[in-house]
Amino acid sequence: MKILEINKLVKLFGGLAAVSKFDFYINQGELVGLIGPNGAGKTTAFNLITGVYTPTSGSINFLDESIVGLKPFVINQKGMARTFQNIRLFKDLTVLDNVRIAYHSHVKYSVFSSFFRTKAYYEEEKEVKKKAIEFLKIFRMDDKKDELARNLPYGQQRRLEIARALAAQPKLLLLDEPAAGMNPQETHDLMELIAFIRKEFDLTILLIEHDMSLVMGVCERIYVLDHGVLIANGTPEEIRGNPKVIEAYLGEES
Amino acid sequence: MKINKQLVFNLSLAFLLFFVIHFLMSNRIISAYYQLNIYLLFINIIMATSLNLVNGFLGQLHLGHAGFMAVGAYVSAAMTTKMDLPFLPAVITGSIAAGIVGLLIGYPIFRSGRLGGDYLAIATLGFGEIVRIIFVNTQYVGGASGLSGIPRYTNWPILFFLTVATVLLIRNFINSSHGRAVLSIREDEIAAETMGINLTKYKLMAFSIAAFFAGLAGTLYAHYFFIISPNTFNFLKSVDYLVMAVLGGLGSITGSIIAASGLTIISALLQDFGALRMVAYSMILVIIMIFRPSGLMGTKEFKLSFLEEKERR
Repeated sequence: MKILEINKLVKLFGGLAAVSKFDFYINQGELVGLIGPNGAGKTTAFNLITGVYTPTSGSINFLDESIVGLKPFVINQKGMARTFQNIRLFKDLTVLDNVRIAYHSHVKYSVFSSFFRTKAYYEEEKEVKKKAIEFLKIFRMDDKKDELARNLPYGQQRRLEIARALAAQPKLLLLDEPAAGMNPQETHDLMELIAFIRKEFDLTILLIEHDMSLVMGVCERIYVLDHGVLIANGTPEEIRGNPKVIEAYLGEES
Repeated sequence: MKINKQLVFNLSLAFLLFFVIHFLMSNRIISAYYQLNIYLLFINIIMATSLNLVNGFLGQLHLGHAGFMAVGAYVSAAMTTKMDLPFLPAVITGSIAAGIVGLLIGYPIFRSGRLGGDYLAIATLGFGEIVRIIFVNTQYVGGASGLSGIPRYTNWPILFFLTVATVLLIRNFINSSHGRAVLSIREDEIAAETMGINLTKYKLMAFSIAAFFAGLAGTLYAHYFFIISPNTFNFLKSVDYLVMAVLGGLGSITGSIIAASGLTIISALLQDFGALRMVAYSMILVIIMIFRPSGLMGTKEFKLSFLEEKERR
């Protein structure tokens, strides 16, 4: 079953086509990579899918429903969560609060309850805290729950962002360069973690990566963007031997 | 339900304070001048704390808080003075009226979600002036010379109880999931929005809750000072409250309380210095901001360490 399907997606910034005629789909349970050199339009594609940008034209269907023009929070509530290339944590809040905020859409008690601390407030707050700590445990960060997000080391900030996205309980998880700035060992650990949460939460994952070798290892299918245009898609083996991809990454043969 | 030692301690302290001041006032140990300033101090606490909800916790610049105070003051005063209604319905109606005006002003600004910031500053600045001019030109409530002969219904227990209630309610809101949604908007709007937070809803919510409590402060103000005039609620008044919120620390409720108290007391003590008063007042502000640029408390809350709970929020 196709969980996300994109047809002829175009985004123009003035005269520049950041993404043009992008066709894409991802099946339930798949792990798909989106790669391409700097400025290829990968992050723009993410921003279009999550509703941060409105597409110039084209269609995006998530769970057989058009999500073009919907606000990001609505798309998130439909079951999509993401991380950001340049980490966007709630820096001056604690690690625990970062995760609890992502859980907010699932909280049912009213504003009235929060003012007067009714029974519903205490019960649900307890539940939310328990759940949030469970998510932090998966990422081995539960001992840091009271630290401010800004005080975490870089690698842990990246992990917290993924934990936060997971707490929204999405069906589709979009990771924007999750391994950026990590050393090979950290990258390896992260990839294992991603494989684990994918299985554990029955997730579909779309991954942007810069590092070809890394994506080749974990992804089932790969899409390659260059200058906003889809130049190839297929299995890692097919991508590896594709002359267009090699050209985009290494430059033309002389 | 777990007993929160900090809360019990704070409330006991508050009640002690209540009875001490009550005793001093009823036995006329405190002069009328200082008594007036104590009332003003508590009204200022409501104003600074509620303004902090927008400027500190939501992270938007709100420059017209006195406008909402005026709405509360005029609506309630018109009800008690012109319609001879009792105090309680007037207080409730005045506060709700301010809250509704907050919704009406906030909606067009926050509708598009990511708008706000500078736009809110300009819109609220304009709003404060519009409110003032509307009251100047409304003869029913006395026009430019103001509405006088308002019955003095605000007494010490009512004022004290409502101030404590305001602080507690705002604190409860901030420490809930809805409050965290507001905080996340201050931290990063795009991240908040992609994490399922409806920006329009929560910006509007924080803004109108703040307006509601400013209205409440207005009703209490009007029914203590007998007379209100449009110029009581001018732009400079809004700036006074902004100064209190910033000085105490944007994002700290206890900071707002400390700053509102401190500045009201300093202002009262400097009364004898005439023209030098404003100079001294400004100097104090400048000095504090140099040494504590993020306010007295920053975003922290004042807590006594021996009462600290093992499990922080």
